[in-house]
Amino acid sequence: MKQLVDSVMDWVNERIPVSQLYKEHMADYYAPKNFNFWYYFGSLALFVLVNQLLTGIWLTMYYTPSGSEAFNSIEYIMRDVEYGWLLRYMHSTGASAFFVVVYLHMFRGLMYGSYQKPRELVWLFGMGIYGVLMGEAFFGYLLPWGQMSYWGAQVILSLVGAVPIVGDDLTLWVRGDYVISGVTLNRFFALHVVALPIVLLGLVVMHLFALHEVGSNNPDGVEIKEKKDSKGVPLDGIPFHPYYTVKDIVGVVIFLLVFCSVIFFFPDGGGLILEAPNFEPSNALKTPVHIAPVWYFTPYYSVLRAVPDKLGGVIAMGAAIAFLFVLPWLDRSKVKSMRYKGWMSKVALAMFVVSFLVLGYLGTQPPTPGKTLAAQVFTLIYFLYFIFMPIYTTMEKTKPVPERVTG
Amino acid sequence: MKKHFIFLCMFLASGLLLASGEDIKLEHVQLNIKDLGSLKRGADIFYSNCVGCHSTKYMRYERISADLKLSEAYVKENYMFNTDKMGETVQTAMSPAQAKKWLGTLPPDLTLEAKLRGDDWLYTYLLGFYPDKARPWGYNNHVFKDVGMPNVLESLQEELGEEKFKSAMTDLVNYMAYMAEPVKVERESLGIKVIIFLLILLIPSYFLKREYWKDVH
Repeated sequence: MKQLVDSVMDWVNERIPVSQLYKEHMADYYAPKNFNFWYYFGSLALFVLVNQLLTGIWLTMYYTPSGSEAFNSIEYIMRDVEYGWLLRYMHSTGASAFFVVVYLHMFRGLMYGSYQKPRELVWLFGMGIYGVLMGEAFFGYLLPWGQMSYWGAQVILSLVGAVPIVGDDLTLWVRGDYVISGVTLNRFFALHVVALPIVLLGLVVMHLFALHEVGSNNPDGVEIKEKKDSKGVPLDGIPFHPYYTVKDIVGVVIFLLVFCSVIFFFPDGGGLILEAPNFEPSNALKTPVHIAPVWYFTPYYSVLRAVPDKLGGVIAMGAAIAFLFVLPWLDRSKVKSMRYKGWMSKVALAMFVVSFLVLGYLGTQPPTPGKTLAAQVFTLIYFLYFIFMPIYTTMEKTKPVPERVTG
Repeated sequence: MKKHFIFLCMFLASGLLLASGEDIKLEHVQLNIKDLGSLKRGADIFYSNCVGCHSTKYMRYERISADLKLSEAYVKENYMFNTDKMGETVQTAMSPAQAKKWLGTLPPDLTLEAKLRGDDWLYTYLLGFYPDKARPWGYNNHVFKDVGMPNVLESLQEELGEEKFKSAMTDLVNYMAYMAEPVKVERESLGIKVIIFLLILLIPSYFLKREYWKDVH
């Protein structure tokens, strides 16, 4: 039996290097041994991606992308399709879970300097994933064709109109109609289920290839490849498989405990995952009293609203995301990890996190003069984190980085 | 630029609206969608008072019969007025044209109303009718200003008295909450099994990790 398996593997390997790929990316991929809690979220993001793809494919089998039937087909899935409700809740909760996991994954990167040399491309591909994910979420949110789906898309697509001169024509071209209509729904459906998933998968592969080329960072920000034994194995490295596969299984089970608690007991997420106005079919003649995007967009929505000019707001919102892309070139610090950076970096990161959370909260709220002022203040703090980064990372006194990883 | 200010005004106005809406305190209603007796009483009220004007077009008769453990004969006798097929959804007999003529507006489909408005809102709304001579039907509502719906439950309210009427409205809201998501009971009972399975799965996965990681450090 073993001989048969070996000869089959040999036959395959002579034609496509399966065993070599397995070794390079699993058994002989050495990851630092000191990964902590924050290192679960990468594999969890992959896990949620698979969940979204599988539940998405099955939902597509029953969903009808048309202005007259979309809303009905969602209720058909919820009531008449066997376990359709479970597929739908897994997908809707999965979308929010994806952003939770990705935001924590990105925070890990900010904290331990995982974007710094030589991991700039890992970061850029990751940011690409984040961008596509936002598009994916935005297009997908229109598909249930409820009031909030409809008016959320109406508000966000109208931002295209902020482009000088060609704005109105451009909006019309993107929307395909004078208002959001079945035409818009169908193109969003095509983008959501075909175009963006392909791009997303491509970027995920690139993200992992780039990561495995340079190797993972770790909470100490020490390059484990600099200290190797006689066989060329990093002294502080352990094979990804089996060590991190078995560890990530524990992470997945704990994640599933939280994820399933939401799916089975709080699928609406208190209005954060499924918003109440979306239980009413879209109506072009009736504007809801309060239009707010889903929670994972609200920080940027706050930035948009904080600027009292439409084009300015759109530019600020774009800049809030664009600054993240150039992070590897803003951080001039000699050290990677927050453990060895100075107090200024620590305060800056803390302020950034606070401003992101506060802006996120404000984005869910109807604006009042006080709240708008708060949004403006925290928008400023958000940007100052990036703008002053080259200065405070150069100025501050860093702590000595150990030779080998700790703990 | 101009559009932006329209949006801005809309947001500001919506803020004001919400702020003024907060003046009316919603009454809390304690529901139990596992209480089949309450669901049946609620369905009785719903189908004898509401479906004259409102459809529940996502709710099938056979689902009501199965979930509420009511016989097909009972459902046909008491809830079914314009079809004889259990697989059909509940449609009102009133045509949109008649609705426009009689009420001036289309009564909304109520299948998802409990998810859209919330249980407490529905309960407060049902108890919130008060006489108002300025309105065509002589009634207005505390939580839904200038509502198009007549106070159809007036006779029931008089017949039952305040306390019993409140309890009847609790049953009605209970049924509407069930109707908005009929799978809720099944969802939660499956959820408990899933959570127990995951807790058990956590044990071997934790020990597997610990076993492997013994040789690290």
